[in-house]
Amino acid sequence: MTEKYIAKSSAIASRMLGGEMMIMSALDSTFFTLNPAATVVWQAADGRTALSEIVRNHVCREFDVDIEIAQRDVEHFVGELSQHGILLVSDRPFPKPSASPTEAA
Amino acid sequence: MNQNCEITLEIGGMPILLHMQNRSFRQLLALRYAGFVGSSRPPRFEFDIELTAPLADNPDEDVQVRMHRGVWRLRRGDFRAQWDPRAGRGRIRQSANPYSIDSILRIVHTLILAQEGGFLLHSAGAIRDGKAFLFSGVSGAGKTTISRLAPRDVTLLTDEVSYVRRDDDGYRACGTPFAGELARVGENCSAPIECLFFLAQGQANRIETLSKAEAIRRLMRNILFFAEDSDLAQKVFQSACEFVERVAVRRLTFVPDSRVWEMIQ
Repeated sequence: MTEKYIAKSSAIASRMLGGEMMIMSALDSTFFTLNPAATVVWQAADGRTALSEIVRNHVCREFDVDIEIAQRDVEHFVGELSQHGILLVSDRPFPKPSASPTEAA
Repeated sequence: MNQNCEITLEIGGMPILLHMQNRSFRQLLALRYAGFVGSSRPPRFEFDIELTAPLADNPDEDVQVRMHRGVWRLRRGDFRAQWDPRAGRGRIRQSANPYSIDSILRIVHTLILAQEGGFLLHSAGAIRDGKAFLFSGVSGAGKTTISRLAPRDVTLLTDEVSYVRRDDDGYRACGTPFAGELARVGENCSAPIECLFFLAQGQANRIETLSKAEAIRRLMRNILFFAEDSDLAQKVFQSACEFVERVAVRRLTFVPDSRVWEMIQ
């Protein structure tokens, strides 16, 4: 199976409010509220961690769920958010964002 | 009559000076925005209005608001405008009708407010006992009805568009001249916002809490925002989240008679 990597789009705004993660696409104002498992995936979407690793080390560990079921559900969720341009999906890690002058100093 | 003249309109405490060359049009604006004319402060922004024949190339063209090299460009079938926020100046081309300038003012205020943590909200607003209450919802939800039912001790800020500004500890609602079905300009005053209600008409009066997510969802649906600008859209979303964290947001189901106001205090 081809490995996948996921990263948050820069054209979104997100916020944890009242225990729920809310995301808005700044392109079309589509609005999403994530459930706790989806929130874990979202928070781990750093573009460098493989999706299978996110499922194994974050979702399964936090929610005591079978890895195959978790993988299927996460793939579905990732597909849905990527269709709206909120998550970016690639078969290789995303390049690291360039460090700002302050960070590099 | 063509003669240089000007008028300052202060909405939400934001004075904007309009220059034009038509005294009749100035008079029209003075009447339409009565209560919001003049300011004790210098204008934050100035616009030159050029009155033209109706712009006929595409009268049904939808509004477009885009930033290009630091200048906002606003266009719709009935107007063209550009505004440089850094220079504090802009130009407007439209025919001598009040609807175009009214739309332009709404758009300009949404752009200003978005940078300052506020927004224009599709809602009625009123002050009672020094506290502001907002009543939002889609067309037909009851904004005009609840405004019409307001008792005498209530000051009506608007029946259509509320001006929401970030305040020290919370948010403040200001009256606007942006009228809805009541065709009545709101009072030019303001108060801290006590509660935002999302309206529904029903068989009994009741107030229910909303989850934060539902409050954000409804709030975003009713914020006026026209710009095709990703950064600004993100700011508006963050402002809506801040608002929901600081201000009570409820659902108000009401029977359309004056008893509903017994619950608003």
